[in-house]
Amino acid sequence: MRISISAKTAALVALFAILCTGVPRPAPSADAGPIKVALLAPTSGSAAAAGHDMVAGWELYWKERGGKVAGRTVQTTVYDTASNAAHALDQARHAVEQDGAQIVVGPYLANEGLAVAPYTVQHRIPLFLPTVSADDLSQRQASAFVIKVAGWTSSLTTHVAGEWAYEQGYRKVVTLANSYAFGYENAGGFAHTFTLKGGKIVDQIWAPLGTADYTPYISKVQASAPDALFVEMVGADAVHFLQQWSQLGLKNKIPLIANETTTDQSNIRSIAPEIVEGITSFGHFAEGRDAPATRAFIDKYGKAEGVLPSYMATSFYTAAGWIAQAIESVHGNTADAGTFLRAVRDIKLQDSPLGPMVLDQYGAPIENVYVRKVVATTGDAAKYAKTWNVVTKTYPHVSQFWTWKPADYLKQPVYSPSYQGYTK
Amino acid sequence: MSVGRRWIVAAAAGFVVALLLPRLGVPTFYVSLLTQTWIFAIVAMSLDLLVGFTGLVNFSQAALFGVGAYAVAIGATRFHVTAFVPVMALGIVCAMVTAAIFGLVALRSEGVGFIIITIALNEIVWGLAYQWVSVSGGDNGITGIVRPHVGPFDVSENTGYYYVCLLSFAICLVLLLVLVRSPFGLVLKGVRETPRRMRALGYNVWLYRYLAMTISGGFAGVAGVLFAWYNQFVGPVALSLDQSTQILIIVILGGIGTLYGQVFGALVVVFLSNELSAVTQRWEMVLGVIYFAVVMYAPGGLVVLVPRLWNRLLGRRTPVTAEES
Repeated sequence: MRISISAKTAALVALFAILCTGVPRPAPSADAGPIKVALLAPTSGSAAAAGHDMVAGWELYWKERGGKVAGRTVQTTVYDTASNAAHALDQARHAVEQDGAQIVVGPYLANEGLAVAPYTVQHRIPLFLPTVSADDLSQRQASAFVIKVAGWTSSLTTHVAGEWAYEQGYRKVVTLANSYAFGYENAGGFAHTFTLKGGKIVDQIWAPLGTADYTPYISKVQASAPDALFVEMVGADAVHFLQQWSQLGLKNKIPLIANETTTDQSNIRSIAPEIVEGITSFGHFAEGRDAPATRAFIDKYGKAEGVLPSYMATSFYTAAGWIAQAIESVHGNTADAGTFLRAVRDIKLQDSPLGPMVLDQYGAPIENVYVRKVVATTGDAAKYAKTWNVVTKTYPHVSQFWTWKPADYLKQPVYSPSYQGYTK
Repeated sequence: MSVGRRWIVAAAAGFVVALLLPRLGVPTFYVSLLTQTWIFAIVAMSLDLLVGFTGLVNFSQAALFGVGAYAVAIGATRFHVTAFVPVMALGIVCAMVTAAIFGLVALRSEGVGFIIITIALNEIVWGLAYQWVSVSGGDNGITGIVRPHVGPFDVSENTGYYYVCLLSFAICLVLLLVLVRSPFGLVLKGVRETPRRMRALGYNVWLYRYLAMTISGGFAGVAGVLFAWYNQFVGPVALSLDQSTQILIIVILGGIGTLYGQVFGALVVVFLSNELSAVTQRWEMVLGVIYFAVVMYAPGGLVVLVPRLWNRLLGRRTPVTAEES
């Protein structure tokens, strides 16, 4: 008995020691060798489909390029955030402290981005956000180390939508959005500019993310008898909503003004064409945009993946090109974060799959906003999808501050259920 | 040496090793994972007090943990309460008050009914954190939490903060061990085994369960406060039902009714979920298989499994029992 107990003690201590030290890894090398990039993407959890697209877009670019720029190898490691902000932060720590990542790209969700940003800023590691669109990351919490490379700002596209809706003659509009930050910012941008013009928001409906049955929300919309419905939906919610909207016979009765994600290619590819054709939406990307840069990209992506790209895939492809260009302009010397970040900020894309882009001083792109319409695909694209978003009107060079002065704009709080840009 | 003495020696040795670890060249990333281990061990011990000693399977432990974490965040960003002692006190009080309210509702039933009610209570608190945007920041959570000074010590760096969590863990462990060995603890065990007989003996079973829940809430609050400072942000994930389940998994892995076993449960969960996700995209599946294997082949948890494997490795056949725990 005596022996077994001391053995037990020893075993516990040994297990403890082994687990504490973990698996040994090579120490991160300083300047020579590859440029280590950590790609934080939700490859499991609720946003896994988006994570897949992000990785696909990023890898497509580096494959084309042979994984090298300015004589240095770019070595990307994908870290799974599990669609969970705390896990995303753990992964960022792993990438930076243990694996010596010099650049962090991603993650996907706003809450992941907001959790990771303070950490990378503290460690002076550049964080590039091609898909995290949370307003505050380029507004009230902007940082020199955080740049929305080839990215966007949630309310940027819907500020345009609000004015456009008024110009179409709509005066009474209901908004329907998911009850989380992205939904509040999308609806807020719309409500703000629409009411400033003189329109009236008759109701604002918030539906929890992951709602499968939109019928009660849709009947609430119907009860208000609006001129049009502004809608923000993501992922499976978008698919459910669009199908039910059509099934309940409202598709040709109440016009829809959709945000970017509602009719993103990743959603409409799994919906019958008659359900989505003709819907108007606002986005910083349109896969059916008739421009050489976009056409070339969707062709390449279609060949590689067999589908048309989502905005997530396109943003990561474009961001990879952007970052490569910056690495070239500093001749591969990314160790000096200040110089490298300046090079990233100085880049102006004359055109890209997303359109022309430059950064403002807050690290957010000034970019095209497209009024898009879902139509049947034509030409080569028909091989990969039945419907796509084509451009009916382009608002060029749109800032995240729309027409306001940044200082004035930043005096208002970020859009939330209690602040939607107008007094109720 | 008596069995008790040996355990004190083993615990002291473990504590010294834990104290020395950051000084032994362990990379900072692993120091931060170990810090997380201490935090999850505290919340798992708080749940073990209920599951292992009182016989209550509580699925709302993450809500109490989260309330502690949100207390730090809201206290710091709205009321500028940032010093160590007041924040810790605030977190503990908020979590205990929440637990006391939960107890009033959940202890009206037993067994499966209790589990279902605690799941519902956890969801209510999660819903508040997710939707009451003006207070909780909603899905975005609250950022900008700064680690406080502890007395004269600056613990904002990983190593300093590691010691804060290690010492907090040690204090919580000692307090809980004293509690479960006290007459009060013995009554709890009696309530766990045969509530009917305890009732017949004149004990107020409800009251003992209620007190155990409230005390357990206080310990969960400590862990929540430490977690908020650790991540320097708080989001609704911290009090999700997933988190409650994870805490229960730690308890089961570590060894129900052992308290100290939660260290091993927490080590495995924290390290595996971080290491495996770097190796394979199917890491959650692998994790599931491991949990499954432990429950199947070592229902007593790692505190039973590891010595058994060790003995087998040494060719010994003498079975090790957990009699001394």
